[in-house]
Amino acid sequence: MSDTFFFAVEVAINGLMAGVMYALVALGFVLIFKASGVFNYAQGVMALFAALTLVGIQSGQIPFAHVINATFGTHLSSFGWNVPSLLAILLTMGVMVLFAILVERLVLKHLVNQEPIILFMATIGLAFFLEGLGDLMWGSEIKKLDVGLPQGISGTIENVTHEWFGYGFFIDRLDIIAAMVATVLVIALTAYSRYTKQGRALRAVADDHQAALSVGISLRFIWVLVWSIAGFVALVAGIMWGTKSGVQFSLSLIALKALPVLMLGGFTSIPGAIVGGLIIGVGEKLFEFFVGPMVGGATENWFAYVLALVFLVFRPQGLFGEKIIERV
Amino acid sequence: MKKKLTALALAAVLAAGPAMAELVFPSLSYRTGPYAAGGAPFADGYADYFTLLNERDGGIGGVMTKVIECETGYNTEKGVECYEATKGEGALIYQPLSTGITYQLIPKASADGIPLHTMGYGRTSAADGTVFEWAFNYPANYWQGASVAIKHLLDINGGSIEGKKIALLYHNSAYGKEPIRTLEELAKKHGYELSLIPVDHPGQEQKSQWLQIRREKPDYVLMWGWGVMNQVAIQEAANIRFPMENFIGIWWSGSENDVVPAGAAANGYKALTFHNVGSDFPLFDDLRKYVIDAGKAAGSGENVGTVLYNRGIYAAMLAAEAARKAQEIAGKADITASDMRKGMETLEITEERMAELGMPNFGPSFKVTCENHGGPGKAAIQQWDAEARKWSIITDYYEPDMEVIQPLIKADAEAYAKENGITPRACE
Repeated sequence: MSDTFFFAVEVAINGLMAGVMYALVALGFVLIFKASGVFNYAQGVMALFAALTLVGIQSGQIPFAHVINATFGTHLSSFGWNVPSLLAILLTMGVMVLFAILVERLVLKHLVNQEPIILFMATIGLAFFLEGLGDLMWGSEIKKLDVGLPQGISGTIENVTHEWFGYGFFIDRLDIIAAMVATVLVIALTAYSRYTKQGRALRAVADDHQAALSVGISLRFIWVLVWSIAGFVALVAGIMWGTKSGVQFSLSLIALKALPVLMLGGFTSIPGAIVGGLIIGVGEKLFEFFVGPMVGGATENWFAYVLALVFLVFRPQGLFGEKIIERV
Repeated sequence: MKKKLTALALAAVLAAGPAMAELVFPSLSYRTGPYAAGGAPFADGYADYFTLLNERDGGIGGVMTKVIECETGYNTEKGVECYEATKGEGALIYQPLSTGITYQLIPKASADGIPLHTMGYGRTSAADGTVFEWAFNYPANYWQGASVAIKHLLDINGGSIEGKKIALLYHNSAYGKEPIRTLEELAKKHGYELSLIPVDHPGQEQKSQWLQIRREKPDYVLMWGWGVMNQVAIQEAANIRFPMENFIGIWWSGSENDVVPAGAAANGYKALTFHNVGSDFPLFDDLRKYVIDAGKAAGSGENVGTVLYNRGIYAAMLAAEAARKAQEIAGKADITASDMRKGMETLEITEERMAELGMPNFGPSFKVTCENHGGPGKAAIQQWDAEARKWSIITDYYEPDMEVIQPLIKADAEAYAKENGITPRACE
């Protein structure tokens, strides 16, 4: 088989891997939309905030040091210790749970029974607030995120494929880890929502708020729970993307990559986010490979949306989304 | 009683008299948003230099300076809003810090009679002073940068790069596309094979591009990137084991921000620069004494000596020197934007003057003229040492190939003049 064929296969495999990274972001959107019908505009910024907090805790950075120094003329910057990665991840998760509680107390509680568009706009405000808070807490400089994840070409895969096909395939070790993490995440989230009491409550709220309330399920608790889980997913996405590019404020833009995934996979399906991510990832990479050179390249951003729109024509609810039928 | 009232009235009139003149230097900065990590150190350097002049020298020519900072978020619309909001404050010069904002401001600033300085960015043909009377882009522009990169490759290849493969990895925007024409012209002259690899904004995902590079195996990759595109590109280059010493970025792809996230893998990466690196200059002792230790720094002081902080310092120094020249020409300390333009057009930076300023060998010597608003376009190559976590300049300043670039500048400026009904002025 020709070199071009193997290259196309390599592009497709890397597309699948990139799709997994997109899906990690999309999952957070799905969780909140499924449970509350809110499109959480702040999901990308939550990933950024989680990654900033993780690096800050890991490196012993004093939160709000710039503000404290500017106010009191001090020269504080660090506690002088380093926190092990696992503990830092757990502490960051604690911060994200605290964030979920505050969002519920200060924002969502006051917007019960409001139109979805009002809740959506509240999340826009939340995104800007969280971005500013992240800047004040941890500073705007780019930070290296290292939680021990491997990066770079997998030598084993390159050697084995070279031996078998005479073509050494490139697969990034970070992408392999991301694929494994995404698989575990989807299985865990699906199992949680099916087999645990809170998970069943979550599904009940997703199906019918009023009915869930009437059987004693606390809507406020469910909102805290779902925002906490979305915070956890944001942390995972933040770790993966932050390892790749460093933790910086453009990390919030990864949400742009999740939108076509959601349009394609459906806003309410966890497996849909994964399948959508894979289709977008492989689709955009193969399009860039086959058609990109003819149109000057850089087709990936817009092609992802075109692909999602084409799917929407045939399945407006996305591949796995729930069909909404409203009687008039 | 009458006398007391008269004295009081006189005192009030004196107190409410004309405010002390100030030389106003607006700073269109971006400390927030996706590009904040690059915008903040530049803005800090720019502000700190003027604070130093005020604290140490009492301003420029006895007149205090005032920096009005306006946050653009690296957004063109906000940049134009900032310009409109600050131009009435007596602005002497604008440094828009974005090619997008520059394109919007060239006609506006020309109409308002306020000079623009786009140092190492913006519209390259603004170097033609006969067409762009109010825009300046000294000491170097993108086309000169492209030529310097090729000169360096010629230098390390014994004077010939014929048959070599060079890939340009560029931000798919007006900025990223700037060097293409120059590199194509230089390819005809030197016989190298050029491949163009665009990256869509913001550049967080570049797998396709680097798989293509891995497959095509170019000898060298040049990069015109900004923001996250730079960090991801350097990481991806490391991922495919591309030799870092063969990877060269433009000056906007060569700060600590770009290499730190990749850690040790970024070792050996090269970038162009038109000013020196580090803080081992007498000026920085004064900066510490009068600004940073005095608690008057614009930022936390952590950025001092970084590439982008130094660039802010350099930009402010060039603006201050032009203001000095303008004061000299106008014969008064309280200059206008029109005087400032004349100062910029007759600016001469010599090594002797740089040494006086406490910045010996900080940047190349150059002279601006009525025809040439772009300066000599000299640039050097800096290389990243990941272990020492610092950049070092590894070459002398290269002269760009103006034989190739000048006709391109002329043609583009003429096209702009025709499009906008501008009659090129005669320079004597």
